[in-house]
Amino acid sequence: MNLLIRNGRVIDPSQGIDDTLDVAVENGLVKEIGKGLKAPAGAETIDAAGNYVVPGLVDMHVHLRDPGLEYKEDIVSGTRAAAAGGFTSVACMPNTKPVIDNKAVASYIIAKSRAEGFANVFPIGSITYGSNGERLAEMGELKESGCVAVSDDGRPVVNAELMRRALEYARGMGILVISHAEDLSLVGEGVMNEGFTSTELGLKGIPSVAEDIATARDVMLAEYTRSPLHIAHVSTRGSLRIIREAKGRGVQVTCETAPHYFSLTDDAVRGYNTNAKMNPPLREADDVAAVKEALKDGTIDAIATDHAPHHIDEKDVEFNVAMNGIVGLETSLPLSLKLVEEKVLTLPQLIEKMACKPASILGIDRGTLKAGAVADITVIDPAVEWTVAAENLASKSKNSPWLGEKMKGGAAYTILGGKIVYKR
Amino acid sequence: MGFKHKDIIALRDLTKEDMELLLSTAESMREINSRDIKKVPTLRGKTIINLFYEASTRTRTSFEIAAKRLSADTVNISPSTSSATKGETLADTALNLLSMKPDIIVMRHAVSGAHYFLTQKVSCSVINAGDGAHEHPSQGLLDMLTIKDKYGRLDGLKVAIVGDITHSRVARSDIQGLTKMGSHVFLAGPPTMVPPAVERLGNVTACATMKEAIQDADVVIMLRIQQERQGKTLMPNAREYSRYFGLNPENLKLAKPDAIVMHPGPINRGVEMSSYVVDGPRSHVLKQVENGVAVRMAMLYHVCGGELE
Repeated sequence: MNLLIRNGRVIDPSQGIDDTLDVAVENGLVKEIGKGLKAPAGAETIDAAGNYVVPGLVDMHVHLRDPGLEYKEDIVSGTRAAAAGGFTSVACMPNTKPVIDNKAVASYIIAKSRAEGFANVFPIGSITYGSNGERLAEMGELKESGCVAVSDDGRPVVNAELMRRALEYARGMGILVISHAEDLSLVGEGVMNEGFTSTELGLKGIPSVAEDIATARDVMLAEYTRSPLHIAHVSTRGSLRIIREAKGRGVQVTCETAPHYFSLTDDAVRGYNTNAKMNPPLREADDVAAVKEALKDGTIDAIATDHAPHHIDEKDVEFNVAMNGIVGLETSLPLSLKLVEEKVLTLPQLIEKMACKPASILGIDRGTLKAGAVADITVIDPAVEWTVAAENLASKSKNSPWLGEKMKGGAAYTILGGKIVYKR
Repeated sequence: MGFKHKDIIALRDLTKEDMELLLSTAESMREINSRDIKKVPTLRGKTIINLFYEASTRTRTSFEIAAKRLSADTVNISPSTSSATKGETLADTALNLLSMKPDIIVMRHAVSGAHYFLTQKVSCSVINAGDGAHEHPSQGLLDMLTIKDKYGRLDGLKVAIVGDITHSRVARSDIQGLTKMGSHVFLAGPPTMVPPAVERLGNVTACATMKEAIQDADVVIMLRIQQERQGKTLMPNAREYSRYFGLNPENLKLAKPDAIVMHPGPINRGVEMSSYVVDGPRSHVLKQVENGVAVRMAMLYHVCGGELE
């Protein structure tokens, strides 16, 4: 597929580019970036004036629910949602049925996404067999099968010795460990953040220290074992302080946050809104401020959605019974663009956290528009206004706390390997 | 000025005027309860379903008697005899019940906020008979009525609430109601049982000791301590709890000389309250139960759109 994307504001932090330029795509690869480029033979031309042209966005934390839980989402619907949200690559967590703890499941996901998907799918294998926290999974084979990291997301590794060995073993295999940092004994039966709102609503609280302690443990283990570690969906001031301090000492730790942690507080739970129920839970204003501060100072490397589709039957129930998680792929970009408006991040910094950094953390050859790179490109219309509505979401599940709300900005075109997979 | 709410789920949702109206209606309902023939035709032809997902003796009986005194037809459903044990969802149960055209569903449920969920599904009135650790508005109102009987007002009173505040829906309704009516609420309990930021709920002071809370109090409300919490992480055992957070004739002397003592029941005698206090002259526990019927009559009456003659 040949394309010429003309007159957009091309932002590629991997090359330090931020200028009004053309991007030429030939045979699915970026051919060149420059001014007044000639269209490659037979190229379709996209007029990107007023739009941003950036490396295809990378979401390093999604749940595609396939195999096994296709009633919530599958690889086709999930990658369609990714494309609609401007993402060309997603890394999917292993809590499928069966768990991604073997080559067969990883290969199935890769094969299905290549055949039928609208985005690149990079599976994340499990740390332990069945993610049950008992025995290390075959990380070597998982890596060879195409897994880009290992994680027991949603089911934190409780045993500290096992986590230590996981970090060491994974280092040997050259695969990254992603930690879902929550101390389950402190989480207990909590269903929302512990604070004034939980007091008023009479809901059992999850204290922020549950995340802080688990983050501290895993960061210390990473330091002790000299192993790289990535902390998923950071939501508390305390864990950010620990990560910032560790980075300062040279510990190989990276982390991500999700748009809901810088956009919402636990006030969103009022009315017992199950679409505001997730793990870790929405925190308080002080934590939201800390997340923004950490995005700004670089403590947070990446923005990931933790896209967690759930069927209406799992959300349209009493609060305690509702499943944890929200869909995020289609709202991440406008919510993140707000950070630029609020001057938390510059536009290149935002693109770095949504494309370049997640790609480099996972070690995938994406997140760049260098000549010769695979032409995964997102054209962003920063001005488009739209309303989040269940019937407009490509995801099978509609569990978004933003239903009915106005968004500004979104993908105009999502281009995967030179092919337009989404057009607004 | 009528009552504008279709449902009564939480005293947090009601204004001072709403609560004053309910209390004054309850006062007139009390007259019916003292008659020889304790029945008026006010809610004749109305159907009330008592849907109790948690065990309850006094609250369910009280709601049922309240309904019957107003001539409504009542049906009691509890999980052991319902479809809940067959795995039917609350929404499906509610929709099925709604098809039988009830006017009011009175529900008790273990999940905080379950009633807000219910009101999204049904068009009839919903009254909360207790939801998780959230609220128990009829208890809050009957507590207020009992205090008002004694002092003729709620404004400017010092009310101590002692016990497991975190897990208590009674405490939340009492706090919401009493502080809106002008009382100052003092809380005491082991810090493991006092929720964060509780003082932000209103004119509330969280005290370090029970002594501080009950000192010069006009009212002392003791909460039931869940025996199953013994030996877990919130407290060592009932013995130690009783020693520091139990009400006995000795520490009751700290309260005002004519202070009244209340308890939502059922009481663990010798744990949160000594029998000398329960059965003593200050105890208003049985008055609370008596007022419970009148308050619930008032609630049923007003959600049905009643106007006082």
